[in-house]
Amino acid sequence: MSERTSARVVVVTSGKGGVGKTTSTAAIGAALARLGDKVVVVDFDVGLRNLDLVLGAERRVVFDLINVINGVAKLPQALIRDKRLENLYLLPASQTRDKEALTEDGVGKVIGELREKFDWIVCDSPAGIERGATLAMRHADTAIIVTNPEVSSVRDSDRIIGLLDAKTEKAERGECMDKHLLITRYHPWRAARGEMLSIEDVLEILSVPLLGIIPESEEVLRASNLGSPVTINAALSAPARAYFDATRRLKGEQIAMEIPSESRSLLTKLFGRKAA
Amino acid sequence: MSGLILQRQSLTFRARSYTAFVFTPQPPIADWLEVLDATLQRSKGFFAGHPVALDLSAAALSADEVVQLVADLQARNVRVLGIEGSDLNAGDAVLPPLLRGGRVQDLELPELGAAAEAAQPAPEAKQQEAASLLIDSPVRSGQSVAFIEGDVTVLGSVASGAEIIAGGSIHIYGTLRGQAMAGAAGSRRARIFCHRFEAELLAIGPYYKTADEIEDSLRRGPIQAWLDGNTLKISPMH
Repeated sequence: MSERTSARVVVVTSGKGGVGKTTSTAAIGAALARLGDKVVVVDFDVGLRNLDLVLGAERRVVFDLINVINGVAKLPQALIRDKRLENLYLLPASQTRDKEALTEDGVGKVIGELREKFDWIVCDSPAGIERGATLAMRHADTAIIVTNPEVSSVRDSDRIIGLLDAKTEKAERGECMDKHLLITRYHPWRAARGEMLSIEDVLEILSVPLLGIIPESEEVLRASNLGSPVTINAALSAPARAYFDATRRLKGEQIAMEIPSESRSLLTKLFGRKAA
Repeated sequence: MSGLILQRQSLTFRARSYTAFVFTPQPPIADWLEVLDATLQRSKGFFAGHPVALDLSAAALSADEVVQLVADLQARNVRVLGIEGSDLNAGDAVLPPLLRGGRVQDLELPELGAAAEAAQPAPEAKQQEAASLLIDSPVRSGQSVAFIEGDVTVLGSVASGAEIIAGGSIHIYGTLRGQAMAGAAGSRRARIFCHRFEAELLAIGPYYKTADEIEDSLRRGPIQAWLDGNTLKISPMH
């Protein structure tokens, strides 16, 4: 069971859309590659692919996951190597097909082949609890549940955790799925005002160990629009540091958890008073 | 007169399909009923309240025999919704209606779905002789745990959007955020206990209260709920 020989399949999932699954997949995938591991990020959002854009690889997509499943292309033909990180690869989703084109056997075969080539296989799940999402989690060893600190996101995450414990191969073998919670879009000042669920509330409701807290930041949005994950584009920014810490925890390192605090406290105090 | 016409025009019929258990009796019927009894022994009340269809394709029965079989099933708390696979006269009023166009479905009924989703508790339920079900993991949103045979005890929390249905009482040692329905088999003595109350709905037998109808002062504390006559009462527990 040494780290080199056993690849880990990670699913990044949430139930709810728009919480930051694709952004987190790209940031964590890039962070793992920067830490020296060989990584492939796989887009399962067939019909609504985004991961290629977030990684800036959209102009180099020739074949996709569905082509590989259908035998139209071989796996190496569909893998796109990142221009900045030579350890990072993308297996894109098809934009023209729908999720019905994913078959359980086909996905199993592709994941099996990827396990032989990579240290980490990071699967970006589509929103929802239908076929795309269940097949993305089906073969996972580890799950990262992406949650925003608000009630609808937390409830959807809870639903997904139930599915992770029931509908995955690992669960069906009677093993317990390795689960981690990643809280994204955390606003320190809103949390302080009680406008969001607190970290404690989220952890109490979901009872899943915390992998990291990613502060809401314009850097994240800017990085996505530039087609460069925040862990490549702005590696010293607060969200990138939070993603690197989360990635190290995923690798098994013990790193103290930092709750993002009010970094603009002085500014907001000054301007807040003026405005009032 | 015009009122009558209007009424007629506003009457619309819709077709809907439902899921039902299908029994396929094999002749001789007496032996088949014995096998059924043995199954029901293991999970009493499992079919109570669930629609059951009879597939008669394996047993050529006369109308009288079908009536007898339906009565025999009724005596076992199994209610027959309709029959299929038979060429008996559909207009015969003593027979259940003939069903057509049924499709085989994976069993995703609440109970079985819960057994699959709450993977660990299910096998324990079979081992335990006493009529109680112990769940030692959190019950997640969208999961449904139904145990008509007796009490349900949950060591963790019950999430918003999850439901617990028990024939007897319900005990929740974590936070109840979802729905709890006790006394589902008709017991009026069933109660609901929870360590921290934030529920969406509480029900005992046919009586229920939604979160809106429950005093805010009870929230976030330990409570118990019981039936006082025809009223669902909730009180804090200290």
